Amino acid sequence: MSQSYNRGLIEDFGRWKEFSAGMWAWIFHKFTGWVLIGYLFTHIAVLSSALAGPEAYTETLQGLEALFVVRLLEVGLLAVAVFHILNGIRLLMVDLGIGLDAQDKSFYLSLLITGAIAVASVPTFMTDVGF
Amino acid sequence: MAERYSSFTPGGTAWLLQRVTAVFLIFALAFHFFLLHFVNHAWEIEFAGTQARMQDLGYFITMILFLITATFHGVNGVYNALINQGLTGTPRKVVLAILVLASLALVGQGIWVAIEMRGGLIL
Repeated sequence: MSQSYNRGLIEDFGRWKEFSAGMWAWIFHKFTGWVLIGYLFTHIAVLSSALAGPEAYTETLQGLEALFVVRLLEVGLLAVAVFHILNGIRLLMVDLGIGLDAQDKSFYLSLLITGAIAVASVPTFMTDVGF
Repeated sequence: MAERYSSFTPGGTAWLLQRVTAVFLIFALAFHFFLLHFVNHAWEIEFAGTQARMQDLGYFITMILFLITATFHGVNGVYNALINQGLTGTPRKVVLAILVLASLALVGQGIWVAIEMRGGLIL
């Protein structure tokens, strides 16, 4: 079943300047995946404040949301989630053999849409929060 | 063929389950983010609102499925990424055991929290 296999250039991060779009997509997908699974553990830990009672839950969530850095991290989390979703759809298409010739363009499009959604979300995420 | 990079061996059970969970997660993650950041705002969340959502059986079941599929998809992704980086033999078995235990703990804790938010499993 699973085994380690050397795919050449992509294992050699020192040669990142020579990486193609597909390689960057693979690296970004891995990075965003690590962030999302790390966040899932953190998310459940924070939500576990509900076990200490309704007040503890509300105070914990509203206390975190009052912090500017948390709002900033939420914009980052949205960007990470949007990219992982879009590139994930791209990977499913690649697996199905659909649009293989445009796989580099679809990566650039994923980045573009991710950036646009993240920027557009800033006013929503920054509502009622001070520096 | 166009270049193809993946941490998975194509055709295996892990490969298939990773893709099946991916299809569900595309919708679940987008729904979750949209509902709790753009329809309801995170800074306005109170326990009563969370409880009202969780008391909807369809929402409650969706969140439990979201937790289970996200945990599997994430941990399976991490495991295969580590194998891809050369993890073999005993260290591989130890890592697998740790990841399985961490996953069970996460899902168990998440379900416990979800039931607490709902105010009991059967209403």
